[in-house]
Amino acid sequence: MAGPLDAMRDTRREWSINRARLIASLVGIFLLMAVLVYRYYSLQIVQHDAFLTQSDRNRIRVEVIPPTRGQIVDRKGRLLATNQPTYVVGVIAERAADLSALTEELQDRLTLTEDELEAFRERLAQRRPFETVPIKVGLDDSALARVAVDLHQLPGVVVEAQLTRHYPFANLLSHVLGYVGRISPDDLEALDGDRYRGTLHTGKVGLEKRYEPLLHGQPGFQHVETNAHGRLLRVLEKQPPQSGQDLRLYLDLDLQRVAAEALGEQRGAVVALDPLNGGVLAMVSNPSYDANLFVEGISYGAYAVLRNSVDTPLLNRAVQGQYPPGSTVKPLLALGGLSQGFITPATTVRDPGWYRIPGDDRRYRDWTLRVRGGGHAEQVDMRMAIAESCDTYYYDLAFRMGIDTMAAVLEPYGLGRATGVDTTGEQSGILPSTRWKREAMGEAWFPGETLSAGIGQGYMLATPLQLAQATMVLANRGTSFVPALVHRVGELTVGGVPREPLKLDQEDWQAVIAGMVDVVHSQRGTAASISRGMSYTMASKTGTSQVIGIAQDAIYEEDKVSERNRNHGLFIAFAPAENPRIVVAVIAENGGGSSAATPIARQVIDTWLNELSDV
Amino acid sequence: MSEYARYLDDSQQSFARPRTVAQWLHLDLMLLLPLCLIMGLGLLVLYSASDGDWDTVSRQLRNLIVGWGALLVVAQIRIDTIQRWSPVLYLFAVGLLLMVLGFGVGAKGAQRWLSLGVIRFQPSELMKIAMPLAVAFWVVRSGLPPRLSVTVMALLIIAGPAAVIALQPDLGTALLVAASGAFVIFMAGISWWQIVAGILAALAAIWPAWLFVLRDYQKQRILTLFDPEADKLGAGWNIIQSKTAIGSGGWSGKGWMQGTQSHLDFLPESQTDFIIAVLAEEWGFRGVLCLLVLYGLVVARGFWISLTAQSTYGRLLASAITLTFCVYIVVNMGMVAGLLPVVGVPLPFVSFGGTAIVTLMLGFGILTAISTEKRIISQ
Repeated sequence: MAGPLDAMRDTRREWSINRARLIASLVGIFLLMAVLVYRYYSLQIVQHDAFLTQSDRNRIRVEVIPPTRGQIVDRKGRLLATNQPTYVVGVIAERAADLSALTEELQDRLTLTEDELEAFRERLAQRRPFETVPIKVGLDDSALARVAVDLHQLPGVVVEAQLTRHYPFANLLSHVLGYVGRISPDDLEALDGDRYRGTLHTGKVGLEKRYEPLLHGQPGFQHVETNAHGRLLRVLEKQPPQSGQDLRLYLDLDLQRVAAEALGEQRGAVVALDPLNGGVLAMVSNPSYDANLFVEGISYGAYAVLRNSVDTPLLNRAVQGQYPPGSTVKPLLALGGLSQGFITPATTVRDPGWYRIPGDDRRYRDWTLRVRGGGHAEQVDMRMAIAESCDTYYYDLAFRMGIDTMAAVLEPYGLGRATGVDTTGEQSGILPSTRWKREAMGEAWFPGETLSAGIGQGYMLATPLQLAQATMVLANRGTSFVPALVHRVGELTVGGVPREPLKLDQEDWQAVIAGMVDVVHSQRGTAASISRGMSYTMASKTGTSQVIGIAQDAIYEEDKVSERNRNHGLFIAFAPAENPRIVVAVIAENGGGSSAATPIARQVIDTWLNELSDV
Repeated sequence: MSEYARYLDDSQQSFARPRTVAQWLHLDLMLLLPLCLIMGLGLLVLYSASDGDWDTVSRQLRNLIVGWGALLVVAQIRIDTIQRWSPVLYLFAVGLLLMVLGFGVGAKGAQRWLSLGVIRFQPSELMKIAMPLAVAFWVVRSGLPPRLSVTVMALLIIAGPAAVIALQPDLGTALLVAASGAFVIFMAGISWWQIVAGILAALAAIWPAWLFVLRDYQKQRILTLFDPEADKLGAGWNIIQSKTAIGSGGWSGKGWMQGTQSHLDFLPESQTDFIIAVLAEEWGFRGVLCLLVLYGLVVARGFWISLTAQSTYGRLLASAITLTFCVYIVVNMGMVAGLLPVVGVPLPFVSFGGTAIVTLMLGFGILTAISTEKRIISQ
């Protein structure tokens, strides 16, 4: 143990020990400080640029501003498809403290359905980092209030106002406009991802799909400063979006309404064209549906009802419904017969009420057989054959022309070929020929089938729009246009594209049209019943197409067949006959006969010529 | 310079009556002036870090005033008094630590606080002061350099409280407490081979510590240090954001109150442990250097005080306090810059928080007391 004297001696030694250690620790501290300084130098000077970029990337986000979809207006500028503000609740997963708890919380507040949750999870899995993933769209004010009040307590939740498609006339125009719906993974493959960032909807059918690239527009961008919680603080730079282009239709909302009301409960379709440019003035398909249901995604149940209904409301009958055209092809065949020299206007046929192919026993009945015996007349000429719709006359003509000549003369009217109208899902109908039958059915053509084709029965099928187009050719005496719904896109006129004109002798046109005028305006015309009080001349042709085959000698009795098996009533017309301003084709499904269709056409044409047409 | 001459030099001053208020109050202005500058700088940074919140700044001001009060009180105590009471203080602190184990109050998953009615305080902070006092007391008793048995006992004095604190768990404080004790042993002059052996033993302890002592979140912090990108939005977030803040400051910084990382809430704990990132972002590398220079002045003065202390006990204490102060700086700035794992060590006099300030000021009170000791003969 150290004594007091030792302690004195030790003091010196201890001091030198301390001094040595102080120097050692000074060196140590200096080295550590040097490391620190070097580290901060490395971060702040050497790597400064990288970290500056990183900090900007932290706070500055490029946000996409989706473009406003173009609107659709009728010929008078009335809004048919527009955009309505709705609220979207979205989640930025990266900002949420506990995503599953937050999801449950939102499920409670927003009463989310399983479908919505499922969709949310799917979108969540495909999101980009820090992207807002919508969990609930189309929010009303009260539901919005329930979330907005506590928004500050729900980190990661954002509410955004968004424009959503709205169709103010719902059922009336669904088949014309089609609808937009949520972008599906399938859609994404077809769409340009950059143009659709921030956009939730795309056109699914109809005009909305056909004109999607023009309606959509070009998204804009903004650089925004956000804090760590994703709150937007200020906009640093902005490039505004370009709205989609508006579509102006040929369609007249009033005429569409009149056509729909005239059709009433009747299943069927009405197509009205402007013969001067092929513009669709009205296009009704009944029954219809509410396109608004599809915008935010229709429920499986509601969709199943629409899809499985025997009335097929989702089918746009005007362009997708294919019907035997029946006697409405007779004017076209008459023109073919005239131009090919098979008949002259003076050629007559004896009509006993039936026709028999020479050397065959089978009788082909004239329609008169079910109302009276004895046929139309001893001598039926072309004009009478059109006005009274004499089947026997056309059996004879068809037999002499043969199916391939018939197909050749009907082809220029556009039968058997899609019209190219600017919507989706158009069907092309069938214009039968020996070659068609061989290719489609692998069978030879039978002579009896030629006779059926002569009265627009058998294999022949046409859409109401195709019939309207053919009628436009008649109305214009050869010239015609591709049927079009859209007149102008923005300032650009897209409608009125001419078709290859059909060049025939003027006398031939006049002779056939004279017969068509008689359909309404002569006493024995098949549509004479609608002539009363008519202030203009209408050229038209009735048609009745069989839904079921009738045995050779049996007589079709309307009340004995079930409703679904009743004949379709058809009617094509244009007016005024000498200077046509409207062309109409009507089909009344299972309407029994053409009388179910003729008053509808009359009402549409009356309204157009007397009230709406601006000429 | 001979011992005798040194005594003579000092004697002129020491025997003189106090001529200034500072001398009368036992204040070492060379030590305390840079400290004041650091505090002023700290308040400016804190004002920005708190988004211009006067309430935070005034609370910090209150903390500083309390700290100065503590310093003033301690500065008046004679060193031999402190020396005499060292073991008592140590045992008292140990007793409190054990009470924390028994009746401590938890916060953020750690049990560190002792609630005394209105006041809640951390006995582990008291230990930061008591530890160097006690170890110095112990090694000085038997003369320097300490024999092996003395060293071992000193290590036990250190290890006991450090282990208890580490188990609270409060790794940062345990580290500081252990360091403050270990510095005394180092300064006492244990041989270098013992130091090397000690470092080797510490390295060897890493493996069992990893397996049995460290908790998952502590392991996570260490793993994060090596690869912060592995969990960008979780454990790595703090360190990525603080490095981004520091790096984006560049040479001259984004300007006071202009830091985007801190003001837009990207930087966590920006008022407390990570406040150096705010300074680095807004004041740039030159701001960091300024702060380091101020710290350097304090440390240099601390070493000077140690070198010129009248007693061995004072020398050991002064250097241990100064070195511990360095540990604060190096560990805090190192962890925010991603050099060290994140442990709860504040940046002295800049980070918001009263406890650390009071503890540090108690230490500096002892330093200034040592500096102004007038007696010629220490023992």
